[in-house]
Amino acid sequence: MSEKSKLSEIKKALNEAGVECKSKEVLTTSGIPVKSLYTPLDTEALDYFADLGLPGGPPFTRGVYQEMYRRQLWSQRQVCGYGTAEETNERLRFLNKQGQTGLNIVPDTPTIYGLDSDNTLSDGEVGREGVAIDTLSDMRNLLAGLELDKVSTSIIYNYPILFCMYLAVAQERGIPVESLSGTLQNDPFTITAGAKSWIVPPKGSLKLCVDVIEFCTKSMPRFNPVSVVGYHYREAGCTAVQEVGFTLAAGLSYIRAGVDRGLEVDAFAPRLSFFYNAHNDFFEEIAKYRAARRLWYRLVSEKFKPNNPRSCMLRFHTQTAGSSLTAQQPLNNIMRTTVQALAAILGGTQSLHTNSYDEALSIPSAEAAKISLRTQQVLALESGVTNTADPLAGSYFVESLTGEIENRARSLVEKIEEMGGMLAAVENNFVQTEITLEAHREQMETDKGSRKVVGVNCFAEPQEEISFEIMRVPPELEKKQIERLNKVRRERDAEKTEKALANLEKVASQGQNTIEATMEAVKVGATVGEIGALYRKVFGTYQDPGL
Amino acid sequence: MGARVFRILIAKPGLDGHDRGARTVALALRDAGMEVIYTGLHWTPEMIVDTAVQENVDAIGLSVLSGAHMTIFPKVQALLKEKGLEDILFFGGGVIPPDDLRALKEMGMGGIFPPGSTMQTIIDYLNNALSDGK
Repeated sequence: MSEKSKLSEIKKALNEAGVECKSKEVLTTSGIPVKSLYTPLDTEALDYFADLGLPGGPPFTRGVYQEMYRRQLWSQRQVCGYGTAEETNERLRFLNKQGQTGLNIVPDTPTIYGLDSDNTLSDGEVGREGVAIDTLSDMRNLLAGLELDKVSTSIIYNYPILFCMYLAVAQERGIPVESLSGTLQNDPFTITAGAKSWIVPPKGSLKLCVDVIEFCTKSMPRFNPVSVVGYHYREAGCTAVQEVGFTLAAGLSYIRAGVDRGLEVDAFAPRLSFFYNAHNDFFEEIAKYRAARRLWYRLVSEKFKPNNPRSCMLRFHTQTAGSSLTAQQPLNNIMRTTVQALAAILGGTQSLHTNSYDEALSIPSAEAAKISLRTQQVLALESGVTNTADPLAGSYFVESLTGEIENRARSLVEKIEEMGGMLAAVENNFVQTEITLEAHREQMETDKGSRKVVGVNCFAEPQEEISFEIMRVPPELEKKQIERLNKVRRERDAEKTEKALANLEKVASQGQNTIEATMEAVKVGATVGEIGALYRKVFGTYQDPGL
Repeated sequence: MGARVFRILIAKPGLDGHDRGARTVALALRDAGMEVIYTGLHWTPEMIVDTAVQENVDAIGLSVLSGAHMTIFPKVQALLKEKGLEDILFFGGGVIPPDDLRALKEMGMGGIFPPGSTMQTIIDYLNNALSDGK
């Protein structure tokens, strides 16, 4: 039977059986209508080689490696950071001992905002949401005993300061920076509109971001200088479609910024990486990753015409959705995380963080962090989902949804391109407003009960006592950190520090690449707060535009 | 008819960038007919209390998800007391473990709404608390 007559047979059979393939009323979280049944009629237009191809080949819909997880499992990379460098180092070693395969370090809020631990604005925030880093000495303690040349290191940080401290520690140990592998988040747009953790306005952040890209392109072939983040936009409330649209628009803007700096597309685009959320709507999430890969391939091919297909290949890290976790009946969060992680794996992630069940109450305890790592290990080693690449390819539903997400995300990318790219879109508050409107819609749906949250708006129970120990960061750690900072300030060569900072200011003001000068400054003991203040002096300050 | 429109200041103190809750609450209170002033991020306790006075608000709602709530909430509470502004209702929300929630209530703080609280709960709480004795 020919393809055509087969399709008309299916149409006839559906009619005879009275199947209507209803799509009304049931929507994905992005508002895409879902039918009650999908058939070959829904994938009629799909061209295997143009739209899917082989895993490891264009358009990369089916994944970025030919054999996917049979070749190598995703990196199991748990976000880690609290207290001072010692506490976090201990937790990192604990997670390594439990079998995690990559490092993922998060600094505390003062460090992220370029403030020292003794700044009055840092009061109560030191070591709470991440690890306190003020000087190179802290970074040394943080990375003590970790084999930087063997394990890939991800740093959830968006300016050159900690990146340079990391490089300085490697150099002290005689590890050439060329051999380091890992990822710096370094995403100026998410820190403006998603994570909201800026030191300076988006233009200045973008300049500093490109400094890292330029440095890595020349000296660090195994390091990802940028992780284009969708995670934070999603956590803040956007949809799966918007997550794809915002990240790919951001990625295009980074390529353009690199090209404007004088870099060849093929020299750095292959090292751009992405970071996605894994949320609740299982099939929509799987289709989201597949759509993102295909659309990125197409957009970069169309706009930059690179010679190396790897320039259009989207590799990504995934984190399960923190905002989906509930403080009520917190053990249910283990199941939520499992389903979300499975979506990321079926979507072909390169790296994964699974959240802990206690995260709607506090940062994770060691016990909770261990269970979330075990969740990945069970999926990797027991479930069999790793045995074949892109196992859901060809599913009428998944392919149809992949196409729909791609089309909708492309419209959003084009809209942002017309505005002048992602820089304009975050500067004019477009991204922030879109996200807030979706967050509001989701909250209303949850309140009305049309969006179910088990244990919260259905199957709720009277507030039970928490059956596990809640992680606490001892308040005395703040004092310990400030003492340590003061010790560095006392013992460093004041003249050298002043000179290095003056040089960095000159380099930054003249628009030159700041990485070497930042390295010199951190090596003589310049603090995160001093360099942060210098950034503000050179690039200005940024106010949250609000609602 | 004739009910007074409540004025609410929703603020994000400290360095925490998690503003989804604050923004969502601000919009929901606005939808419920209240006048809402939303500060945006990174406000100090002093800025918040000064603004509350200038804007003549009935209530201040703070959202903290960074773990700094046991530092920041008591600071705002103390400032309100110091300036004789105890008639301004002080409520909040965020990632706040049950023990801290109890401790904050004992300090005299108003309603505290952890993750999972519905907007209606917050609206009802404000309507009740602000209607009493006003």
